[in-house]
Amino acid sequence: MEDRTIAKYLLIESRDPFDSNDVAHWHGLARALVAEGNEVTLFLVQNGVFPARPGTHSAALSAVADAGVEVLVDEFSLRERGIATTALTRGAKASPLDVVIDQLADGRKAMWH
Amino acid sequence: MADKKTLTFALMDAPYENPRSTTAMRLIDIAVRRGHDVNVFAYEGAAALAFTEQKPHANAVHGRDVDEEDHPLPHRWIGALLGAAAAKGAKIDWVNCGLCVDERGVNQAVEGTRRGTPGDFWKFATESDNTLVIPTR
Amino acid sequence: MKVLNIVESAYRATLEEQDDTIVWMTHAMKGAGADLSVLLRGNAVNYAVPGQDASGLSFGGLAQTRPPELPQDIAKLIAKGVEVYVVEDDLEERGIAKDTLVAGLRPVPRDRIAALLGEFDQVWSW
Repeated sequence: MEDRTIAKYLLIESRDPFDSNDVAHWHGLARALVAEGNEVTLFLVQNGVFPARPGTHSAALSAVADAGVEVLVDEFSLRERGIATTALTRGAKASPLDVVIDQLADGRKAMWH
Repeated sequence: MADKKTLTFALMDAPYENPRSTTAMRLIDIAVRRGHDVNVFAYEGAAALAFTEQKPHANAVHGRDVDEEDHPLPHRWIGALLGAAAAKGAKIDWVNCGLCVDERGVNQAVEGTRRGTPGDFWKFATESDNTLVIPTR
Repeated sequence: MKVLNIVESAYRATLEEQDDTIVWMTHAMKGAGADLSVLLRGNAVNYAVPGQDASGLSFGGLAQTRPPELPQDIAKLIAKGVEVYVVEDDLEERGIAKDTLVAGLRPVPRDRIAALLGEFDQVWSW
């Protein structure tokens, strides 16, 4: 039986679900990539961090984390919007943007949405 | 210290229109501080980021003169990033899409940047360790 | 290196540029020897609809003489050997019948996109 190499993905989400209904498709892609056996980080930046604050769309974000996607949220974007890093929705973790460079340097397939 | 890599970025946004430009600068700054080499292909509106005719202004709403306002100019950010890279023994190869420069009339560009074509972007991508496209909307 | 260009942003500056600038750049890079495929998703699936006519623009009497020809540009990419995929669900949601499109497209259901990405070394989302 052929061994399948696990691929690693970095999906950067700069859009927010209050403004774009395409965010749901990006979440779906992240979940589908995990279901295919890949490692996936979803990195929220800019207005993409809004659903990390508990509210209407945060349950969907938590569900992405529950599906096995690592959900990271740009610390600067949170601070810029006055969102406390200690009060994020379940499954979302504040992170420095440096992670994006480290994962790019690590060779992850990276896509910006 | 991380192993030195070469990372390529494609940018599309014009200055002052979208936070993507600032996030791109943040990413390039982090890459430079990590000692990585960086390629940038500035396409479409991003060809104006390096335009040296950008000028600062005062801010009457806040009662600040030109010096007090200290308004950011992307071309100065790019110049600073080029210098920071050199000081680290790393390099930034910043290419502005030539046709994009011409149609926007932004020919005066930061020293150390250069004109290029999509062929340069493909060359960057194939010769670097990874590529991130930051699209516009 | 095999790369998939995902084209999603649609009709952004196509009138001023007389092209979709990512479809155009794909042509240019293919010409420079790139191994590229394209995935049309979101509103960009409409690029594959024949019969588009953006002619007739004129400002102060100054007429545009070369309006964009997006479905023709997609057809030319296919003729150049670029595999052009299109997301079936996005077509259906927009009321676009698959059998009316530019010839040579490769429809892919949304739930197979994750598997498709695995066939490429890099994926560039525009």
